Amino acid sequence: MNLKIAVNNNDHIQGNLSASIELVEYGDYQCPHCGHAYPIVKSLQKKLGDKVKFIFRNFPLQEIHPDAVNAAIAAEAAALQNKFWEMHDIVFEHQNHLDSKHLIAYAEKIGLNVAQFENDFTNETLIQKIEHDFEGGIRSGVNGTPSFFVNGLKYQNSWEEEPFLNYLSSI
Amino acid sequence: MLAIGTKAPDFELNSTPDQKLKLSELKGKRIILAFYPADWSPVCGDQMALYNEMLKYFHKYNAELIGISVDSKWCHMAFAQDRKLHFPILADYEPKGAISKLYSVYDDVEGQSKRALFVLDEEGIIRWNYLSPVGMNPGADGILDALEIMSNVKS
Repeated sequence: MNLKIAVNNNDHIQGNLSASIELVEYGDYQCPHCGHAYPIVKSLQKKLGDKVKFIFRNFPLQEIHPDAVNAAIAAEAAALQNKFWEMHDIVFEHQNHLDSKHLIAYAEKIGLNVAQFENDFTNETLIQKIEHDFEGGIRSGVNGTPSFFVNGLKYQNSWEEEPFLNYLSSI
Repeated sequence: MLAIGTKAPDFELNSTPDQKLKLSELKGKRIILAFYPADWSPVCGDQMALYNEMLKYFHKYNAELIGISVDSKWCHMAFAQDRKLHFPILADYEPKGAISKLYSVYDDVEGQSKRALFVLDEEGIIRWNYLSPVGMNPGADGILDALEIMSNVKS
């Protein structure tokens, strides 16, 4: 299965933009499996260095994870202050505390203008971006979280660190 | 499984302990029939949880989702409550698997439905079908592609 929406300027991209490996994750901030994948992706990025760029797209399953959308909005709101990855990281590091009070505390901790952050929280375009990510994920065959795409193709094997690193290194 | 172009056989099954749902009553809507093996197996949970998030995307195409397995109406009630499902799941329970057999998606060895998808048009004709490996969550891209093609053909 192929990524239906190519990586573009609206995406959050980390790493070398001209890297030969493009790793896209569809994730949910409240999903425990995504929490498990979080340090693995960090480690892959460290080991692969300039060879990889990492893109995170939203795929919140809000019926089973009631705080997932708020956490996604928090990260998108942080992005408006150029701190998407800081929020992405702190949220994955505190997956069990994603209520509004905690999200505001994280905003403060990573140095956001909190008043602006709270204001952006009600910004409709952020919800639209999250839904756009979600719909693009569905159309690309995302069937759960996390789902990974490597250079546009859905990665169907184990994303535990060793097999995933072996695969990515072989590209 | 029943072929594309076939008229989907009508049926009436329990959607809750005291309510029944009849397929022909939904005429005028497109219907997504999702047969799945069992309520509580982890893969099914993922598939139904995913579809539960997608209802508004289905509704955009005038399509309603119906899940079907051989679990009892009481089992379905508990499962739907636990997963906060917002679509009906029907009990193909007595005689066991009769509707799954009617659609040729019954697994005689395991005694459960296969993991099969059908998309019906407004007249109840099967326009798309897909049989998934039992352990594999088929996602929803195939369903949406089918609905989109149906809309394009119509317009």
